[in-house]
Amino acid sequence: MLTIKNLHASVDGTPILRGINLEVKAGEVHAIMGPNGSGKSTLASVLAGREEYEVTEGEVIFQGKDLLDMAPEDRAREGVFLAFQYPVEIPGVSSTNFLRTALNQVREYRGQEPLDAVKFLSLMKEKMKLVEIDQKLLSRSLNEGFSGGEKKRNEIFQMAMLEPTLSILDETDSGLDIDALRIVSNGVNQLKSDKNATIVVTHYQRLLDYIVPDYVHVLYKGRIVKSGTKELALELEEKGYDWIKEEVDSAAV
Amino acid sequence: MSTLTTQDTFEALLESAPQNFSELRAAGKAIYHSLGLPAAKEEEYKFTAITKKLEKTISDFRAASPFSISENQIKESLFKGFDGHVLVFSNGKFLPELSQSIEGIEISTLDIEVAEVGSIAKAEKDVFAALNQASFAGGISIKVPKKVQVEKPILLLSFNQANEGQVIIPRYWIEVGDFAEVTFMDQSIALGESPYFVNKVVEVKGGINSQINYFRLQDEGNQVLEVSNIETDVQADARFTSVNISVSGDMVRNNLSLNLLGSNCEGNMYGIYLLNGKSHVDNHTNVDHTIPHAESNELYKGIFDGQSRGVFNGKIFVRQDAQKTNAFQQNNNVLLSEDAIVNTKPQLEIWADDVKCSHGCTVGQLDEEALFYLQARGIDKTLAKGLLLYAFVGEVLEKIEDESFKNHVVELIQKRLGSKF
Ligand SMILES: Nc1ncnc2c1ncn2[C@@H]1O[C@H](COP(=O)(O)OP(=O)(O)O)[C@@H](O)[C@H]1O
Ligand SMILES: [Mg+2]
Repeated sequence: MLTIKNLHASVDGTPILRGINLEVKAGEVHAIMGPNGSGKSTLASVLAGREEYEVTEGEVIFQGKDLLDMAPEDRAREGVFLAFQYPVEIPGVSSTNFLRTALNQVREYRGQEPLDAVKFLSLMKEKMKLVEIDQKLLSRSLNEGFSGGEKKRNEIFQMAMLEPTLSILDETDSGLDIDALRIVSNGVNQLKSDKNATIVVTHYQRLLDYIVPDYVHVLYKGRIVKSGTKELALELEEKGYDWIKEEVDSAAV
Repeated sequence: MSTLTTQDTFEALLESAPQNFSELRAAGKAIYHSLGLPAAKEEEYKFTAITKKLEKTISDFRAASPFSISENQIKESLFKGFDGHVLVFSNGKFLPELSQSIEGIEISTLDIEVAEVGSIAKAEKDVFAALNQASFAGGISIKVPKKVQVEKPILLLSFNQANEGQVIIPRYWIEVGDFAEVTFMDQSIALGESPYFVNKVVEVKGGINSQINYFRLQDEGNQVLEVSNIETDVQADARFTSVNISVSGDMVRNNLSLNLLGSNCEGNMYGIYLLNGKSHVDNHTNVDHTIPHAESNELYKGIFDGQSRGVFNGKIFVRQDAQKTNAFQQNNNVLLSEDAIVNTKPQLEIWADDVKCSHGCTVGQLDEEALFYLQARGIDKTLAKGLLLYAFVGEVLEKIEDESFKNHVVELIQKRLGSKF
């Protein structure tokens, strides 16, 4: 589904991603872990198409298409979804209007009829249950005045509405209490199928108790320095990142 | 080449002014001559070099004569779903024969001398008000008697066209009695592409506890030069609300002044600039708190693309007696291009000590983070920009209490922003 080859990216001339290779197949869950500042969000942003990151080398193929060649909105319409680490508050834009616009834009791209107000609302009701999000929140401006947890829930709710093929969850777990974490993870797990894939970005192992990954990768200084199965996450939980840092840093000398 | 600063240019216009209101006109002329047109860098017109612009653009400084207008032209100009009364003007001249009479309201051309004309928008405050006072022709007087609630809005619909002369001098005298309620909509339609100069004065004398809305759309096209002076007296317990939407104009200067004269009154000034190309719009507002316990609210939002320029100057004057004043002012601007310019300035003069007064001016770019967020959900970039900008001006649109006017403005905005949502 997704093939990342030797991906390099920089911001304002400073290299941040320095040769990422990753292969994600349908039905898989990949966890990307790593200490703060290692480039996890940058990777997620590059995949979603944020313009301030300049790709200097490498390629990303998504379902046979050159992802890097597409505008952010086309990536979303092709089925890439980024749950933001820090969802933006947008005053004056109602959550409902926003979602309906987004959904119908995606549907149009896929050659589907736009949803009328009635069908849209019933779909919304159905998906709201999935993440136990309150209707009141959705009548407000997008993310405005939402608590951290509410924002994260709203991200997963949007994901449920848009039914992406590849979901990238950037630190969706951070800041959540156990109950919220369980609800959010539940939502993600229910949306999983053998046709879609998930990349879970986190620096805590805790989330992986709920969303069980098939593969775990450790990102450090812009490279994937270790890959393994969920046991690797447990090892990281126990030993921290220092041993990996030492391994990498001494090898580099 | 004319040399406006020597005051010769408008001489022909002054000479050919109608004979009525002779004292008023003479006074206006004297003030016009003593003030002179704004010189370059003159403080009040610092960012709006209207004199130079007039010199460059206008070649025939005589009054544009009225021309005939068809019923059909009027019909086609109305906002979709418009439900109200229409008063029609041709190059500033009120045309009673094409206008509807409105039950219970006295409407006449300003041929008949109304003693108080010039008592609110005083000539000495602005040279263009003086010029108008000296030279206006065929304006209108509208009197809404005491306690009359005009249920439907009154549209002041002007058709303008450079036509044997390029100067248009509308003058409106509006009187709203105690406890009366009325909504005005002010719109001008340009016929033809030639430039012209509109020098407009609107005086509104509101009674106690009156409720007056004045919604104005400036969408005449990019060949138009305009200076307007709109001034109102707001008496005790009354409310006056102005919403001014500017979407075009070569150079437009709006002087809007609210005199808060009675306690517990409320003066509101709202506006949107949505400009592109080389449009230049300058909103100079002035609210004068003369008495205690009055409230003023002001919110102008600007979106500037291309090489357009916006000027905002918001004066709040709180006199020593005006204790317990509440005055709010906000001007926020978004620049969509590197060549667009905004000059914004709050100008507060507060002589009372027990007042609540807040103000803020911002100039920024479109929020890139927000834009990316919308795009990342599949929303086309242009549409996403439209959504954000529409949300940005939404607070002002909410103030338009007439659906047809509001919807028309919304459509204009959506069209301009290249997005329908
Ligand atoms: N927009 C940016 N401008 C400048 N530096 C950035 C920007 N985004 C990320 N970086 C830098 O890139 C590195 C990786 O950041 P990030 O991808 O956010 O890491 P992570 O998500 O793993 O914590 C950090 O050193 C960070 O400071
Ligand atoms: Mg991060």
